Amino acid sequence: MLVVAGLVLREAARRRLVLAVVILTALAVVLTGWGFSRIPYLSARPLPVEQVRLIASQLVILVAFMFSFVLALSAVFVAAPAISGEVESGIALSLLARPISRTSYLIGKWLGLAALLFVYTAASTALELVVVRSVVDYEPPRPLEAFAFLYTEGLVLLTLALALSTRMSGMVGGVVALVLFGMAWMGGIVGGIGQAFDNATVTHVGTVTKLVLPTDGLWRGAVHALEPAAVLTGVRGAGPAAAANPFFASAPPPFPFLVWSALWIAAVLVLALWSFRHREI
Amino acid sequence: MLSPDAAIETVDLAKRYGRITALVGLSMRVERGSIFGFLGPNGAGKTTAVKLLLGLARPTAGDALVLGAPVSDDRAHREARRRVGYLPELFRYQGWLSAREVLAAHCALMGIDRAARGHEIDQALATVGLARRADDRVQTFSKGMQQRLGLGVALLGRPELVVLDEPTSALDPVGRHDVREIVRGLRARGTTVFLNSHLLSEVEQVCDRVAVVDQGRVIAIGALRELLRADTVRIRATGLTDGARASLAREGFSLDGDGERFVARDVDEERVPALVEALARAGARVHAVEPQHETLEERFLALLAPAAEGGAQRATAEKKEQH
Repeated sequence: MLVVAGLVLREAARRRLVLAVVILTALAVVLTGWGFSRIPYLSARPLPVEQVRLIASQLVILVAFMFSFVLALSAVFVAAPAISGEVESGIALSLLARPISRTSYLIGKWLGLAALLFVYTAASTALELVVVRSVVDYEPPRPLEAFAFLYTEGLVLLTLALALSTRMSGMVGGVVALVLFGMAWMGGIVGGIGQAFDNATVTHVGTVTKLVLPTDGLWRGAVHALEPAAVLTGVRGAGPAAAANPFFASAPPPFPFLVWSALWIAAVLVLALWSFRHREI
Repeated sequence: MLSPDAAIETVDLAKRYGRITALVGLSMRVERGSIFGFLGPNGAGKTTAVKLLLGLARPTAGDALVLGAPVSDDRAHREARRRVGYLPELFRYQGWLSAREVLAAHCALMGIDRAARGHEIDQALATVGLARRADDRVQTFSKGMQQRLGLGVALLGRPELVVLDEPTSALDPVGRHDVREIVRGLRARGTTVFLNSHLLSEVEQVCDRVAVVDQGRVIAIGALRELLRADTVRIRATGLTDGARASLAREGFSLDGDGERFVARDVDEERVPALVEALARAGARVHAVEPQHETLEERFLALLAPAAEGGAQRATAEKKEQH
């Protein structure tokens, strides 16, 4: 299992995936850092510190959205061909003829990819927040919690793409996973609209999409962890209409949803194992 | 009843892919220490059989034992695969690794002791002639070199059974010669080799026993010597008059040819001394007598001839195997 996980990490390093991601992330952090540094000078007179922090808090959420999008896409791109690619090329033939179970192979792949995702999420989040703090002296209220939500969101998509990879080619699995991701995001907005207009049916649509693919619910968790108390109070005052805004969360995801997300990952992994065990190579 | 003594034994092993039958009912036994040739035309079900034996696909019916472990018992079969080396027909290895790293990964998957890995890898690289390219990335290798690497992978850990699926498909004549030598080396140390090939000369040169499969079933199996009839005798003789040839014909030896080179047909090896005596009695001066074996190619074509009408069916199976 660990041998397979090690091969995943080595492949990422050797194929320059890590290098490409490091360069692009560094570039994104530098650009956003420059953007943050311009906040105090947006008007003719330098803005007061409180206002700068308020603007920074909202920009941090938008930057986090960009990172969550990149994380989701990266997770899908690396996981969707992880198994199907090796089966199609023939690499899996010699590997699976070894005394290794299909379970070990698949879990090894998952562990390797999950470790890659962890390192990337942790490094990019930490770097961005350090830069923001040094430039505008702002730190979101619960950065670790936000990191945990962003990572779990990526992990959900990674697990889904890997499960699809046991049966579909990388291209098809990747497209399916991304379409579902997009639908879940839209589902979250639709649910918010339902809340805003107090329409039970539309609200249920949002709830169901959150359960079918918990990415949007986890994204809202990250948003909530990044929102300062002042913003929360202010937007809550605007009434239920704020729920339709995908960059706002009035409350953290309920605990049962967190349990559901963990169960969802476990269940999709079990499904992937079942599917792969029955796959003819 | 399956016997655990054999390196491989299959009983009525069958495989269907949806409506396509790739293997009808394969029954065969491969003795330990033998070099077993598995022959058949494209689409006969050879690679399907190999995949079933290695647990890469599951049989629809029947059973097989590999080194005593049933393919239906995941755990036991996995344990047995520790002692099996495999070179797939579709050989591909991680291009981003060096040859040495590919071998190291396989050593780790096989659970070879860390301390022994370096020696195992060096030995495998030397055997397949890749020692000088050991630290180069596999993506820079030619197809032939990748096949050599695959052979090296199959030889790791001194396996008891080595399954080679078309092992020389990408190799030049030197490479083919090397593979034959490697197979002979394996036999010398008691390793069983299951050689899946349609290169008949290759099989003929190294195999002890062969099975010929067609349309998913075995149509002939046995020791190579038994399978290939030795019923033609080449003769170089002088002084053979027409009368002498007529008297030989009366004794059941009909000779074709003229001058001093003749061919006697339908003479099995036991009757060769009687032929020589008859030639001497007929007044011929015998310079040379060479019993000729039927070539594997001749036998193979003869075996497949009755099935030729079923060509259309074979094409369907072939389609599946390529898939």
